[in-house]
Amino acid sequence: MSNRPEIQAPPEIFYDDAEARKYTSSSRIVEIQAQLSERALELLALPEDGVPRFLLDIGCGSGLSGETISENGHHWIGLDISASMLNVAVEREVEGDLLLGDMGQGLGLRSGVIDGAISISAVQWLCNADKSSHEPRLRLKAFFGSLYRCLSRGARAVFQVYPENLAQRELILRQALQAGFGGGLVVDYPHSTKKRKEFLVLTCGPVQTSIQTSKDEFGESCSEDDNSEDEENGMVCVSDRNRPKKKQRTNKKGKGKGKEWVLKKKEQSRRKGNDVPADSKYTGRKRKSRF
Amino acid sequence: MRLITHNMLSCNIKGVANGFPLLIEAGKVIEKEVDFNPDFLRHMFAKIEWKALVEGARSMGYAELPEDSPDATVLDSDESFLKKLHHALLELHLEEGALVCPETGRKFPVNKGIPNMLLHEDEV
Repeated sequence: MSNRPEIQAPPEIFYDDAEARKYTSSSRIVEIQAQLSERALELLALPEDGVPRFLLDIGCGSGLSGETISENGHHWIGLDISASMLNVAVEREVEGDLLLGDMGQGLGLRSGVIDGAISISAVQWLCNADKSSHEPRLRLKAFFGSLYRCLSRGARAVFQVYPENLAQRELILRQALQAGFGGGLVVDYPHSTKKRKEFLVLTCGPVQTSIQTSKDEFGESCSEDDNSEDEENGMVCVSDRNRPKKKQRTNKKGKGKGKEWVLKKKEQSRRKGNDVPADSKYTGRKRKSRF
Repeated sequence: MRLITHNMLSCNIKGVANGFPLLIEAGKVIEKEVDFNPDFLRHMFAKIEWKALVEGARSMGYAELPEDSPDATVLDSDESFLKKLHHALLELHLEEGALVCPETGRKFPVNKGIPNMLLHEDEV
């Protein structure tokens, strides 16, 4: 995995003029970006009343994802740290407004004005410390905190992320939950290493469950196989959108199955004709701690 | 950068309490035509800080907007008002110039329509 751009250079240096042009002229990247943004917009679940919304595109780059937003009739502001990428965006005459800024410094936006935010392949950049003053945890905190403030109540934020490992994924999720967001991870094509895409779906304020949810123990989910049946049905499995409950943790420990249960099982086994040790006063009893 | 974005932007320097609204130093202003959509204007009207919009529009050379914030009822009846609002919000672009923080006087330069909101390390 040495071809990850994140470990080669900081974003404002990695995406220089040459890289920015390369990025936008590659038809493969353009296509993938368009697909991802389309999916992110779908997960954003904006009300379908025909009213254009005011969205935020974080890490907009050359405006590939912004174009998808414009095509869907919404207005947007794009934020990116790479001036070269933004210059390409200006040349391509994207419709949204562009800002040169660092999301790790927090978004300087007024409270409650944005109807939704998307971000395609950008948030994992925050996990790297590129300068001595950078502390990934604090930068994620500043980012999610300011994002939570500027979103309106009930709005969603959808981030497509490429976390490098489990620790990064956890770091991002934890910081998001600490900022006050509810939400979880949606994984498309979980069984394919290449096509696997992760979306962090965060909600601000009350949770509207318009998307079908399926819970399991770890709050992670799958959306079927590679054969993209799900895509056609428009069905998604979504992880538990509520914060992890303490209850699940507490009722696991300290509660064994009890003597009754052991006796019942032994009896069952005896009836099957198995060789079962006799019952005694020690049956189903807990060992002393000094054992 | 359009005035709708200006209306959302505030200064993000650490310790600044009143970073809104940023003052506009207009160098070059251009106009780009955008499709008129009254629904969007009605949706955004509640979120807009009227005073900041009027001042911003004036510093960019557009003084047609009324000084006081109009009633929400005007939005349904007055087509010409909506047109003006549309023009101010979405069609005026600040191409070159600067945004100035009202509290610290820090300048954020605007080049090719892109405001540079990057902070120095001592401002974070």
